[in-house]
Amino acid sequence: MIEVRWHGRGGQGAVTSVELFALAAIEEGKYAQGFPSFGPERRGAPVAAFNRIDDHHIKVRSGVYTPDIVVVLDESLIGLVNVADGLKPEGILLVNTAKSAKEVAEITKFKGKIATVDATSIAWKELGVPITNTTMLGALLKVLGKVKLDSAKGPVEHRFGRIAGKNLTAMKRAYDEVKIN
Amino acid sequence: MSKRIGMEIALAAAEVAALCRPDVIAAYPITPNTHIPEHLAEIVAEGHLDCEYLPVESEHSALSACAGASAVGARVFTATSSQGLLYMGEIVPIIPAMRLPIVMALGNRALSGPINIWNDHSDVMAVRDMGWICLFAANGQETIDMIVQAFKIGEDHRVMLPVLVNLDGFQLTHVVESMIMPDQEEVDKFLPPRKPYATVHPDNVVSMGTLGLPEIYTEAKKAEDEALINSKKVILEVWKEWEKTFGRKYEPIESYKTKDADVIMLTVGSMYETAAIAVDQLHKEGFKAGLLNMKLFRPFPADELKAAVKGARVLIVTDRAVMCGGAQAPVCAEVKSVLYDEPVRPAIVNEIIGLGGRDVRVDDFIKMFKKAATADKVKPERAYEIYGVRSS
Amino acid sequence: MAEKKWPETWQEINPGLMVFKPASARSYLTGGWRAQKPILDNTKCIKCGVCYLFCPEGCITEDAEGYFMADLNYCKGCGICYHECWPRAIKMVED
Repeated sequence: MIEVRWHGRGGQGAVTSVELFALAAIEEGKYAQGFPSFGPERRGAPVAAFNRIDDHHIKVRSGVYTPDIVVVLDESLIGLVNVADGLKPEGILLVNTAKSAKEVAEITKFKGKIATVDATSIAWKELGVPITNTTMLGALLKVLGKVKLDSAKGPVEHRFGRIAGKNLTAMKRAYDEVKIN
Repeated sequence: MSKRIGMEIALAAAEVAALCRPDVIAAYPITPNTHIPEHLAEIVAEGHLDCEYLPVESEHSALSACAGASAVGARVFTATSSQGLLYMGEIVPIIPAMRLPIVMALGNRALSGPINIWNDHSDVMAVRDMGWICLFAANGQETIDMIVQAFKIGEDHRVMLPVLVNLDGFQLTHVVESMIMPDQEEVDKFLPPRKPYATVHPDNVVSMGTLGLPEIYTEAKKAEDEALINSKKVILEVWKEWEKTFGRKYEPIESYKTKDADVIMLTVGSMYETAAIAVDQLHKEGFKAGLLNMKLFRPFPADELKAAVKGARVLIVTDRAVMCGGAQAPVCAEVKSVLYDEPVRPAIVNEIIGLGGRDVRVDDFIKMFKKAATADKVKPERAYEIYGVRSS
Repeated sequence: MAEKKWPETWQEINPGLMVFKPASARSYLTGGWRAQKPILDNTKCIKCGVCYLFCPEGCITEDAEGYFMADLNYCKGCGICYHECWPRAIKMVED
């Protein structure tokens, strides 16, 4: 089972991300859970959301404490919350940033694998807004390598309708441009 | 044909409720059930369901409207949580007394105060004795299935009672997961249109909601109690038919690795499967743990419970609500009462867990099992414990 | 055998205590509660119908000539018609 924790700010689409990621996995016949950090929704506040992906029915329903991958949607969060909390040493920290992996490692004190992608630039260019959820989903799919990029197409189209094309482009670019160190 | 889908469970609950073709939905959204009425309103507004959706001004009105609609013979659905259920409170006991079938999805949430929107069972426990059939879903699939089953059970002329389908708030309502959704044809076949026993209509005169003087109230209550007790027969029938049609089995009490189990735990609701992981881990250590999940809470499955705990040395009953100032927490109080007359019975430990959204992890269940293992020799200090409470 | 006023045993109770007999309340003669009865004086009556409108029992009816009378099987003697009748055509007398 793979556990993922997403960090974002209320309104940035972290909850949409976990939904799309879970749906992409389910589309492939896998089992998945996607859920927000339960509670009220507050725009701008640091929020977390979670995924579990497995080949079998997932039994566990308690929180995610030791994720295999942490995805950070907003660079400003890495100094603000301990994004590496509980992240498995062999896990991956995936950050939306223009910074280098080394800089991210210094700020987060995470000693394991770090992946970076400048999702905000991609989102500005492709979507015209700095909302990075679909973009970071593309990066995650590449970094994880267990769910195909194609499987996210249906869920993104269903979710975004006429603006799905732009989101798919942004997702593909992040998939191609993410750097894994 | 049934299809595997990925969807938030609350949305799936709304989708499947729509497949049941309700005639009237009256609901007032409240966290964490909000997405259920919201999505149903959307389905009706978009013309996918021919249904009267009543955006009422309060929960009290919601359930009142449901009662009236059911009395004229409509198939009725509603949803609420926590304080919303309490605000319906005045109407809650009247509906089973009038023998009106209604299906309610209850996104279980702690009662205030302090204000808390997260999950526990204090809401349903406050209405448990008011005459509704109570089912508890452990996951998204059971939520879908139980909503369809609930209409068939409640509307049966041998039953004619409202049904509460409990699904844990957030832990279930807000989780996107993989479920099998039946299609319209399958639901239509399993659940034909409601044939009301009697309807309020000028052509067929009937008085409903009549006065019960002291000369008749006792007999009326007895009749209501018997109706709820006897509904079990129909519940089992419907579950059997469900299994035959859809291949998914339902029992009042589901058991997991209880054969030869030394210490058995009883859960209600969505913590069942998390606890099952603990049982697996304990088995690896040679600890003979077993697990029970109560899917049917009203009518209380007394015989099934007696059979399920047979042979166990210790029984841990988990509760998700405090019965303030009471002898025990609510589920355990009843379990003890049922087992009291058994010549051989396990020692019973009552753990109150997961209050107001407090997470309960696999490790916690393992700790509870290990701690309870000596309960037959060392009697616990108190009849119940609030697990993990911080004390000084 | 006289009809039962209500079911004897719980098994005889209709589901939900429903009552299927139309207008069954009619068999309940509330006239017995009365201490005083209204006497309507047609010489003073102006046929306004206020008594008919206000009677909480609905036991006042209009006759062919347009005058009113109370059905004493149901009149509880509350005196509301007497109170409301402004030409003072109604008197309450000991029953």
